[in-house]
Amino acid sequence: MSPNPQLNPRGELRHLLSIEGLPREVLLHILDTARSFLSVTEREIKKVPLLRGKSVFNLFFEPSTRTRTTFEIAAKRLSADVINLNVATSSQTKGETLLDTVDNLAAMHADMFVVRHATSGAPYLIARHVSPEIHVINAGDGRHAHPTQALLDVFTVRHYKGGFEHLKVAIVGDVLHSRVARSEIHALTSLGVPEVRVVAPRTLVPPHVEKMGVRVCHDPAEGLQGVDVVMMLRLQNERMRGALLPSAREFFRHYGLTPERLALAAPDAIVMHPGPMNRGVEIDSAVADGPQSVILPQVTFGIAVRMAVMAILAGSAP
Amino acid sequence: MPLPDPEALLARLVEAMRPDVAPSCVLVGIHSGGVWVARRLHAALGMEAALGTLDANFYRDDFGRRGLKPSVQPTELPFEVADADVVLVDDVLFTGRTIRAALNVLFDYGRPRRVRLAALVDRGGRELPMAADWIGGRVEVPDDRMVVVEQDAAGRLALSLTERDGVA
Repeated sequence: MSPNPQLNPRGELRHLLSIEGLPREVLLHILDTARSFLSVTEREIKKVPLLRGKSVFNLFFEPSTRTRTTFEIAAKRLSADVINLNVATSSQTKGETLLDTVDNLAAMHADMFVVRHATSGAPYLIARHVSPEIHVINAGDGRHAHPTQALLDVFTVRHYKGGFEHLKVAIVGDVLHSRVARSEIHALTSLGVPEVRVVAPRTLVPPHVEKMGVRVCHDPAEGLQGVDVVMMLRLQNERMRGALLPSAREFFRHYGLTPERLALAAPDAIVMHPGPMNRGVEIDSAVADGPQSVILPQVTFGIAVRMAVMAILAGSAP
Repeated sequence: MPLPDPEALLARLVEAMRPDVAPSCVLVGIHSGGVWVARRLHAALGMEAALGTLDANFYRDDFGRRGLKPSVQPTELPFEVADADVVLVDDVLFTGRTIRAALNVLFDYGRPRRVRLAALVDRGGRELPMAADWIGGRVEVPDDRMVVVEQDAAGRLALSLTERDGVA
């Protein structure tokens, strides 16, 4: 077995499970390919025949609207057949195991699985289990990783800032519970962003996060000073366990991105958010809808990035 | 057999096209070599519309065997394709499979009134019923070789032969 289950012996991407451990060239190849797919999404017939005759199964064990929809659109624009399974409401509740579900779908000639699961590592388990010609994409697993979100985020950064080498980037909010933050940090540092800051209260920063090459700031005034990119995180209400925060209102007062706080960043700083937003909790509406917000373009770019990932995986040898 | 001078082939191609190609036609170069040739033709023929560039990799028939090339470029057609009089430009005409894919790309942007084809070099070996309307010249090379067009920093073209690696 190759040391990284995501790569085949030739170093090509065959599953996308995590940004961690992916060479920079692989990330750049995805971003370059996504740029070409962007022109496909802007024309009259928004479809190319690359995945014609292939079946993509969206396997969502956790609720999601945006991510599942953009994966579905991406697969359809590649001419694949898409089957959406909302597994939370089907066989799993009848006691079928994860791998039994996967085996059954593989018997229906699945070519690709897009997997979201509340348990970290579930997509790895599936990738190790399936036969080699089947590809697996992690669409978010537990607190671990959300690689396509991170890729669309760095695509957005590159689109507006032209590159990565001179940037200061702040990731603000609930880093502790965020698989998005973890993947973003790996992507930004791999691509050569010299300064990544994590801005959050002590209770919402994972231990030893500095080892990932970021600077931790508990004071948002310090964290936002002069940054070129502000990546907001969603306050994960549904993941909160115990008394990590006094209240959402209190969080907004100290960490919410208001126009006043954004003014500390560089004048041409962009504001990003992976969605869904909690307006008035982590971000003020005036910022979310303001001129520096690129939150809706992120969604559009997400389709091109997911098309690129699917096309590259589908074209890789076992 | 020595390969011809591509600059001489280009001059021949320009003269062959000049009587037939009105400045109101649109030129579309196929990445990468076809774009270099098209850029030179665009200037020499005084075309009115901006140059179009097209990447056929998303439409190739060998994707299932070879995957996606690492160097896919955006397709940019800065004009209305519907009802346009299009001239596709490629560097080397070989199997015809790239042209088949390029036609499919084009038709996903609109229905052109006419499509014609210009190629710098025809090396024979067609596997599809494709023919160029104009060529700069023909070369004869063994089946296991590829004719490769390169461009230097000054924009001058060069021809060379390499081992064929299954690309067609």
